[in-house]
Amino acid sequence: MEERLLMKGNEAIGEAAIHAGCRYYFGYPITPQSELIAYMAKRLLKIKGATFIQAESEIAAINMVYGASAAGGRVMTSSSSPGISLKQEGISYLACAELPCVIVNIMRGGPGLGSIQPAQGDYFQATKGGGHGDYHLIVFAPSSVQELVDLTIRAFSLADKYRNPAMILGDGLLGQMMEPVQFKEFDEKNIPSKEDWALGSSHGRKPRRIVPFDLDPNELEKIVNKLGQKYQDMQKEVEYEVVNIDNPDIVIVAYGSIARIVKTTIQKAKQEGINIGLVRPITLYPFPYAAIEEVANKVDKFLVTEMSLGQMVEDVKLAVKGKSQVSFYGRTGGVVISPIEILQEVKKLLD
Amino acid sequence: MLDEIIIAGFGGQGILLMGRLIAHAGMLEGKHVAWMPSYGPEMRGGTANCTVIISSEEVASPVVPNPLSLIAMNLPSLDKFEPLVEKGGTIIVNQSLISRNIYRDDVEVVKVPANDIANELGNLRVANMVALGSYIAKSKSVKMQTVFEALEQTLGKGSEKIIELNKEALKRGEKIIIG
Amino acid sequence: MGVKKLMKQVFTKPKSLTDVPFTYCPGCHHGIIHRLVAEAMDDLNIAEDTIGIAPVGCAVFAYLFFECDMIVAAHGRAPAIATGIKRVKPDNIVFTYQGDGDLASIGTAEIVHAANRGEKITVIFVNNAIYGMTGGQMAPTTLEGQITQTSPYGRDSKTMGMPIRICELLSTLNSPAYIARVALTKPAYIVKAKKAIKKAFQYQLDGKGFALVEVLSTCPTSWGLSPKEANEWLNEKMIPYYPLGEFKNVEEVS
Ligand SMILES: Cc1ncc(C[n+]2csc(CCOP(=O)(O)OP(=O)(O)O)c2C)c(N)n1
Ligand code: SF4
Repeated sequence: MEERLLMKGNEAIGEAAIHAGCRYYFGYPITPQSELIAYMAKRLLKIKGATFIQAESEIAAINMVYGASAAGGRVMTSSSSPGISLKQEGISYLACAELPCVIVNIMRGGPGLGSIQPAQGDYFQATKGGGHGDYHLIVFAPSSVQELVDLTIRAFSLADKYRNPAMILGDGLLGQMMEPVQFKEFDEKNIPSKEDWALGSSHGRKPRRIVPFDLDPNELEKIVNKLGQKYQDMQKEVEYEVVNIDNPDIVIVAYGSIARIVKTTIQKAKQEGINIGLVRPITLYPFPYAAIEEVANKVDKFLVTEMSLGQMVEDVKLAVKGKSQVSFYGRTGGVVISPIEILQEVKKLLD
Repeated sequence: MLDEIIIAGFGGQGILLMGRLIAHAGMLEGKHVAWMPSYGPEMRGGTANCTVIISSEEVASPVVPNPLSLIAMNLPSLDKFEPLVEKGGTIIVNQSLISRNIYRDDVEVVKVPANDIANELGNLRVANMVALGSYIAKSKSVKMQTVFEALEQTLGKGSEKIIELNKEALKRGEKIIIG
Repeated sequence: MGVKKLMKQVFTKPKSLTDVPFTYCPGCHHGIIHRLVAEAMDDLNIAEDTIGIAPVGCAVFAYLFFECDMIVAAHGRAPAIATGIKRVKPDNIVFTYQGDGDLASIGTAEIVHAANRGEKITVIFVNNAIYGMTGGQMAPTTLEGQITQTSPYGRDSKTMGMPIRICELLSTLNSPAYIARVALTKPAYIVKAKKAIKKAFQYQLDGKGFALVEVLSTCPTSWGLSPKEANEWLNEKMIPYYPLGEFKNVEEVS
């Protein structure tokens, strides 16, 4: 068995990226993800041929990613909510140019400068595009430090597979907490070659062009349709966890750190004879619509809990298709929902 | 087994390290653990706290509104967290810095003159280890030997002297409980 | 008289400061700089016509401390916001208060272009050679070899560049009216700093143009030094690389 290490979420993401062969990192400090940029500095500056740059801004960082990815590098950037907003233009360009990379968002309270405490208010931004134009990111929502590791590694692999940016959507709680983690064997031979599309020397081949536009509407439409097809293909990568959904009184849908808090609610409820089920989306894009619909065929009450005014709840409603009643409970501003609060909400709904 | 601990005090008292050592030792004993610090500029204002969960089951919520144990290293921390401790829980109080009595009568209280003992050992900075020693002995959530191991792994080679001093402090804290 | 004046400067609270206690660490120069800015506002009797812009950085709380209208900017964008405010309210006095990450990293474009347009604003630039608010990462002004969280082996000029000298850089532009660098580590420096800050407001009052004062400042917390050691470090390391003085002064040129 691999060694168990006690690691902070932010550092675990960094180690996972390096473990997965990432040798290029560009970022800008921001709480609560600053340990990640510091970790990348500590590690990458000691690896020969690797690059760590603290960019002058998040805008510069994401464009460094654009360049490094175009040149075939396995590359990552990270930030927290306000910084991710600044990256949106670059992310849209990466999506259009079909350049793979991993972007980490350790969410904090918003909007504006917001707060530095954990929040989930960037769900719309992450899953519906975020920047301008028609595009999607592959979005993972880890809920433990081990998942931060496993899903970061997976994000690199899916980003390459689909030539699309992938996002790790965590929050301040996950970034700051420490848990034991294990790193499974990773074979760098599994990293696909980018020799057939990346920029480089054109000896013996035609020069290549990576161009995020086409002024001819018909041509641009072809590009966008190709992206659309890719988003269809990605649907099969959907991942989720279900807990206790055989015959529950109510099902809660929650992701990330809140899903763990719900697990405590489930334990507490059991002691009071209340049976709560959980659906936890692990990928937020693609979203587990089918899995949730299936549960809706059996259970008539849903509660969605998020650290937001209610964002994922819209996708849950789409999935449920009116078959069950969908309620919402959320806190914002960086306030973390407690297990008891959720239990009280459940009791209200069951009354 | 399950313990949910909040450790709180001034920034600079080594609060976060106390929590990390419990979590680390728990991990070495094959238990499920999680550690969560307070973070951000409020720490500059002088307070720091962290939550540790150590359990034989998978850890669900990493946030603990009502801890089973509290280690209060200074008065503001006691004021803030005393009302939140679960009924029947334990409060370890740094008696050197906290002169007031505990209001709660439904919890167990352990008074540890952590700073005084640390001063006797010649280094105020190990007051945290004294309090930690008492907590370990009281709760038995991990073995003292494993905490030593965690300490060695955390501080690493080249810190032998500091490790020895910390161990000494842990043992002095332990002695308060086991006599 | 000198001593009496200095005592007054240090120990009475200027009218242009509120009663809210500072949130800065012990030995941090942000507090002294706030005081000097407020004293300049008092001396010129402009507080009631002044609009201040707080940055993102430790001084984000400046909006609480100045007794005048205040707005908080996005990280680095204060000069653009100042531009917007000044163009709508040309008769008001507008100042930004910015750290080195804010002004010289993420906000480099905004400061260069506000200066180049000759915006009639006053900029207080606090250079503490590090990112304080986020816990001690490298700033563009971090000295060569200086260890920070993101230059854990010391700033390497080969891959991270040399520290940026903002006063010298902006002085290459035609438009700025006043550019000066000051420090606070000696009473004589404080007197000069106060004069420079007052001048930077006076020039705006007179419609002369863009004015910036760079204040070399300590961050004992992120430098990992005591307040006293931090002052010494500033004197020994920062001042030789960041020379004090006026770099641009329209008064003397024309
Ligand atoms: C877009 C964006 N990126 C990053 C941050 C995080 N951040 C807050 S303050 C700061 C830098 C602070 O350093 P400096 O400007 O030198 O001011 P000091 O705190 O040292 O006074 C950073 C990077 C943010 N709030 N917004
Ligand atoms: S962190 Fe540094 S700049 Fe910020 S208040 Fe403390 S000493 Fe001042």
